Amino acid sequence: MSTEPSAVPAPAAAPILEVERIGKRFGGLTALSDVSFSIARGEIYGLIGPNGAGKTTLFNVLTGIYRQDEGRVRFEGGALAAQTPDRIAKLGIARTFQNIRLFANLSALENVMIGRHVRTRAGVVGAILRGPGTRAEEAAIERRARELLAYVGIASRGNLLARHLSYGDQRRLEIARALATDPRLLALDEPAAGMNATEKLELRRLLESIRSDGVTLLVIEHDVKLVMGLCDRVLVLDYGRKIAEGEPKAIQKDPRVIEAYLGKPHEKAQA
Amino acid sequence: MGTIGALRSSPKAKWAGVALVVMSLLVLPFALAYVGTAWVRITNFAILFTMLALGLNIVVGFAGLLDLGYIAFYAVGAYTYALLASPQFDIHWPWWAILPIGAAIACLFGILLGTPTLKLRGDYLAIVTLGFGEIIRIFLNNLSDPFNLTNGPKGIWSIDSVHFMGIHFGVPSRFAGLDFSGTIKYYYFLLAILALVIVVNLRLQDSRIGRAWEAIREDELAARSMGINTRNMKLLAFAMGASFGGVAGGMFSAMQNFISPESFVLTQSVMVLSMVVLGGMGNVWGVILGAMLLTFVPELLRYSVAPVQSWLFGRSIVDPEVIRMLLFGLTMVVMMLFRPAGLLPSAVRKRELVAPEDVD
Repeated sequence: MSTEPSAVPAPAAAPILEVERIGKRFGGLTALSDVSFSIARGEIYGLIGPNGAGKTTLFNVLTGIYRQDEGRVRFEGGALAAQTPDRIAKLGIARTFQNIRLFANLSALENVMIGRHVRTRAGVVGAILRGPGTRAEEAAIERRARELLAYVGIASRGNLLARHLSYGDQRRLEIARALATDPRLLALDEPAAGMNATEKLELRRLLESIRSDGVTLLVIEHDVKLVMGLCDRVLVLDYGRKIAEGEPKAIQKDPRVIEAYLGKPHEKAQA
Repeated sequence: MGTIGALRSSPKAKWAGVALVVMSLLVLPFALAYVGTAWVRITNFAILFTMLALGLNIVVGFAGLLDLGYIAFYAVGAYTYALLASPQFDIHWPWWAILPIGAAIACLFGILLGTPTLKLRGDYLAIVTLGFGEIIRIFLNNLSDPFNLTNGPKGIWSIDSVHFMGIHFGVPSRFAGLDFSGTIKYYYFLLAILALVIVVNLRLQDSRIGRAWEAIREDELAARSMGINTRNMKLLAFAMGASFGGVAGGMFSAMQNFISPESFVLTQSVMVLSMVVLGGMGNVWGVILGAMLLTFVPELLRYSVAPVQSWLFGRSIVDPEVIRMLLFGLTMVVMMLFRPAGLLPSAVRKRELVAPEDVD
């Protein structure tokens, strides 16, 4: 824990993700402008900001859904320019979605099995001939999927359809599906949205456990308590610009952040 | 795993059932020939259309891509066979060489259709595929001048029948005291190919590839974000579906000995799509049932409408052909009202059409 609130601690290890001066416009609207940051390997990095600040746009640029107009992104030293979402997943970035995007009519288990697609190989010929290699791979896919369901705590609901799971379980299932792609960077878009206090606590434990398995996390989250307790560092966006970056404690006191969330400073603005 | 998992009960009962089905399928053509030789022919067409429906099922049922021009691949397969085994260019290659070539060319056409439509879905995709089907038919109609490739609307005659190991499929023969007409011989041949097509369909569905298709159908963006190369997977669905159509087309040529563009009109595409939808999109057994019903029911009506009318009214009041199509249309409407997911819905489709409260 650093005692110097103003100093942004430089990532000790080689950064896993480097974002340099990213800009993204939609017509006349500037969604992101001049955003730079880097995430250290093994970090839990928070991304916060008021609604419409550009957090999800940034996620979409990082995962190849949008292409940035300016700037560059490097992942594990390699450029992510002009990559499609599927190639980015293959490189090792997996994500969840703010408005849960599970394969709603498939079972929870099938959802996670689909996540294994990118790390498995059986093609048409293999599928048709179904030789020992393919069968072994299928068995391994199912085994791994069941492990991951257990890991996120929904082992008993593997056969339920994704859309019949509770909201909290759907969020967990999305994490399990993302983990199935063996990511080195896991990007979570509001993982705690709609969860109650107990679920949030469990989620926090889950995310910490994922980190201790060697996965770096990038988390968009609105729940201040969760962000402050969980994240090593936090980046604050407002109107597509980076307004602050640093340790949660420092961020909480940053006048620009308070202004972004609460408007012009009044005496009682310290929440 | 998967939808066929439900069908696998005890292995003993399963094999007994399979044996029974195989036996009845083997004797079927002789029973049908007893009723009337036309029925064997109709059965052959039912098998051919089942192949087509299973091919289309890969595109529509598995990957969720609506294709209204599917008959074009059937046409490509049929013309490939016709051109390589007829007096048109005096080429007479054996069937075992042409069928794979037909499948491969149809596959290429599948990719040709798939490539420009990768970003389209639903209605838009339906319109483009419909146009593609018409383009192919119009080409076949007009590729007779200045170079006569397809002989235009007159079609191609005297296409070689299948023959191998001394068995000629065009003429009847006697074996083990039984009369095997050409039609009956084709029946067995078609049945063998159909069995292969069914196995391929079932295995694809229950595989890594099948799951990727399901993922695309459910949520394309999420599928991409999970690392599925949606472009390649969609092209694969088009290519696989098309090659099934190509094989069916080749068999059609060999069986009919004559083809013309008239056999590949839009109505046929709609018919094959109806088989898939009526039977149950995504469910292999449902699609087979749909194809069988949609081939047999109109034929049954053809033979029963006139006699029933004269029995009721003493004479034939309405043209049987009109009333046949009317009844057929009515059946489809009623079916879709009462069983929107098809006769044997796939587990997934059933879920899609039922409100969450109705499912336990």
